[in-house]
Amino acid sequence: MRHVEHVMGTVFSFDIRHDGDAVRPALDTALTWLHWVDETFSTYRAGSAISRLDTDAVGMDECPAEVAEVLALCESVERASGGYFSLRPQGRLDPSALVKGWAVERASRLLREAGAPRHIVNGGGDIRLGAGPRQDHPWRAGVAHPLRPGRILAVVEGHDLAVATSGVAERGRHIINPHTGRPAGDLVSITVIGDDLTIVDAYATAAFAMGVDAPAWLERTPGVEGMVVTATGEIVTTSGFPPQR
Amino acid sequence: MVRAFVAVVATVFGLVLLLSFKPHEMAVAVAPPAAVRSSPQAQRSERPVTPSTSAATTVAGDTADTRWGPVQVKITVSDGKITDVRVPISPDGNRRDIEIARQALPILVQETLDAQSAHIDAVSGATYTSEGYVTSLQSAIDKAGL
Repeated sequence: MRHVEHVMGTVFSFDIRHDGDAVRPALDTALTWLHWVDETFSTYRAGSAISRLDTDAVGMDECPAEVAEVLALCESVERASGGYFSLRPQGRLDPSALVKGWAVERASRLLREAGAPRHIVNGGGDIRLGAGPRQDHPWRAGVAHPLRPGRILAVVEGHDLAVATSGVAERGRHIINPHTGRPAGDLVSITVIGDDLTIVDAYATAAFAMGVDAPAWLERTPGVEGMVVTATGEIVTTSGFPPQR
Repeated sequence: MVRAFVAVVATVFGLVLLLSFKPHEMAVAVAPPAAVRSSPQAQRSERPVTPSTSAATTVAGDTADTRWGPVQVKITVSDGKITDVRVPISPDGNRRDIEIARQALPILVQETLDAQSAHIDAVSGATYTSEGYVTSLQSAIDKAGL
């Protein structure tokens, strides 16, 4: 079953390789989750928990437990990346760079728990591969070429794997280097792969802000691998990209 | 004909770039070795491609010496379009070279193929808006699967 859902200002694509009556309710649970995340974490909605928390209209104790969870995750990525990831990239409380990956990761878990482990969830270009489409068959995830629209730069084969790409976004929202307050400009694209999309997505954002130092940081960070395209079109990968699975 | 040769050179150049990276030692700018900048004369000495015929033609690029060993790329052209890319000669001197080649070669071989021929299930890329999605590769994949 395939499904396309417009939520969180982008598009989520589902590819679920199961038949039977249980698939639709499993998908519905995941969709309900994504819309709840949007309502709770949107910085565009004045009434969201995150907006009200930012203006001190509510305290943390009045927010859902997931808000504290997300803020703690943001802080841990901020530490792990030497401050290249920020919970307040432009001054305001804005965990968006972590929330999408975290939401996709949970949506994938909800599908698995509902008996549909063979799936892909793609949240606006950040991908969580579940179990393979068939026994002993991997998924093939293409990485969009940042400089040649419609072309594929690399293919990552695998299952139970997270793939996130940060770049000079079509979205037009540049990634700010928190240390300079200016848009990061060394790279045009960075792809990070690993087990957990929450971490992989947030690390892709942090590494993009890092610029030329990103490959070395990803190389010494356990559990993730990466591929970088520099502003001059050169491609640099970490030694384990893509990992053999 | 020119397009095909440009593709060969570009692909070899890309491979050399990747193969030139020493494991665990990330560099960003690596100049291509002189071997890659093969003269037009050398290119013409290869089997010619005739773009006017619809039959598939295979052409081999020059062998480039990299620090990991020699690399050669062969492409198949049909109707002026690259339909296949092979790497008949790739470094296999030691275990690490084989590992590097295995990881690096598929990446850039794919670069010259379009998404349809790459048989992919999903596309990772910089976040698109709901509007941007319409023109994205992921949108094409979602449509094809319906």
